[in-house]
Amino acid sequence: MRLVLSAGAMVSAPGDVLAADAAPNPWFDASYVVDNWDTIVRYLGEHVRLTIGAVVLGALIALPLALLARRYRWLSGPVLGLSAGIYTIPSLAMFAFVFPFTGLTATTVLVGLTLYSLVILIRNFLTGLQGVPADVREAARGMGYGSARLFWQIDLPLALPAFIAGLRIATVSTVALVTVGVLVGHGGLGQLIFGGFNANFYRAEIVTGTIGCVLLALVADVLLAGVERLSTPWARARA
Amino acid sequence: MNGFSEAFLYLNDPLNWTRRGGILELLGEHLAISAVAVLAALVLAVPTGIALAVTGRGSGIVVVLSNVSRAVPTLALLTLFAVSPIGFGNRATTIALAVFAVPPILTNTFVGFREVDADVREAARGMGLRRRQVIARVELPLALPLVMTGIRTAAVQVVATASLAALVGGGGLGRIVNLGFGQQDYGQIIAGALLIAVLALATEVLLVLLSWAVTPGQKRFPFPVRRRLSATAPEPTAAGMPL
Repeated sequence: MRLVLSAGAMVSAPGDVLAADAAPNPWFDASYVVDNWDTIVRYLGEHVRLTIGAVVLGALIALPLALLARRYRWLSGPVLGLSAGIYTIPSLAMFAFVFPFTGLTATTVLVGLTLYSLVILIRNFLTGLQGVPADVREAARGMGYGSARLFWQIDLPLALPAFIAGLRIATVSTVALVTVGVLVGHGGLGQLIFGGFNANFYRAEIVTGTIGCVLLALVADVLLAGVERLSTPWARARA
Repeated sequence: MNGFSEAFLYLNDPLNWTRRGGILELLGEHLAISAVAVLAALVLAVPTGIALAVTGRGSGIVVVLSNVSRAVPTLALLTLFAVSPIGFGNRATTIALAVFAVPPILTNTFVGFREVDADVREAARGMGLRRRQVIARVELPLALPLVMTGIRTAAVQVVATASLAALVGGGGLGRIVNLGFGQQDYGQIIAGALLIAVLALATEVLLVLLSWAVTPGQKRFPFPVRRRLSATAPEPTAAGMPL
């Protein structure tokens, strides 16, 4: 009935439109968060697992590659060129490329994200390693350090700030990228964003997912900054 | 199982390119959305970056902006604009993409102008150039490489992110992938992904060439490898993030 009258009603009261539009759709809704707490926590868990998995795997692959690229200088060109190329591939395409091999699983997302974090990490790891002064390494070698000890006691502490800077960038951008995993149904908090869009533009759900992502990225960044502070006490002493 | 040969078949069918809603039409849509978004960000970010750098204020804002923008998922921003009163579709997509293109351009413009040697600026003033002339004729050419880096980062980011718009009712090449997932058509998924990846790489290469062409001074051909970027130092400012 209102439908018939709506044209006339619009003129008199622009705020009062169709009955169908009357359902409130607020941007923020605490009751949504309370009612769906279990779902949110489940997606948050997936988000965290995917992020940690991708960054850790990326670091485990990037470190040996960075060490090799420092050792054999001709390798650094191709390694960095290849990583820049991977970096340019959009995430949607990346997940689509991995999808035929691993299907609609979280593994698809993990593989794609690992490739991205690998690319960010290798650049920063290499920068850090190349920043270690050559004479310091030479002095250590002269004092009888073997290559393992050289890495643990000389390279790692000196390159640590660059390493952690890389880990921070990789973590924050991975947290943001997990959301694209909705393509294969494993997007962590992205499932809320995408689910809210599909549930008739349910804003509270979308905003909850978004804020969750941003907070998660911030918390991860602060945690890693804390790790850096704790693991490099000498930097604090100097300052 | 893996759809690479089907993708080849899909791409090899002329009808898939020329029909309504085919590859060419989606490509045009993709490029139009991206171009408008980058231009809008350019118009907004370059003057702001210059103004902030010249007045020497706001470095805190720029740092915070470029850090926070990395933490906000692009998909989230696209979705938020799509459900806002703007309504979903290409307009919402364009605005969201423009918002994402601002931080890299702003940061790099700011840093580029900030890093101009103070002596050079002073010498130019001493030679009688007015402030406006100093900016246009002395600082701009010196800052141009970094400004172009910012534009390149932003453009590649925008072209890449535009493909996500298909997930939230937007247009562009992402449609092909999204449709492929809807129809369980592996060939179509891979074909769409290939097109998107090639477009992003082409944008990168094109803008590297463009910045090489517009940068004054001694020219060294940018390919095969840009050495400067590789070994010794990380990129001076917020490098782009994969999208």
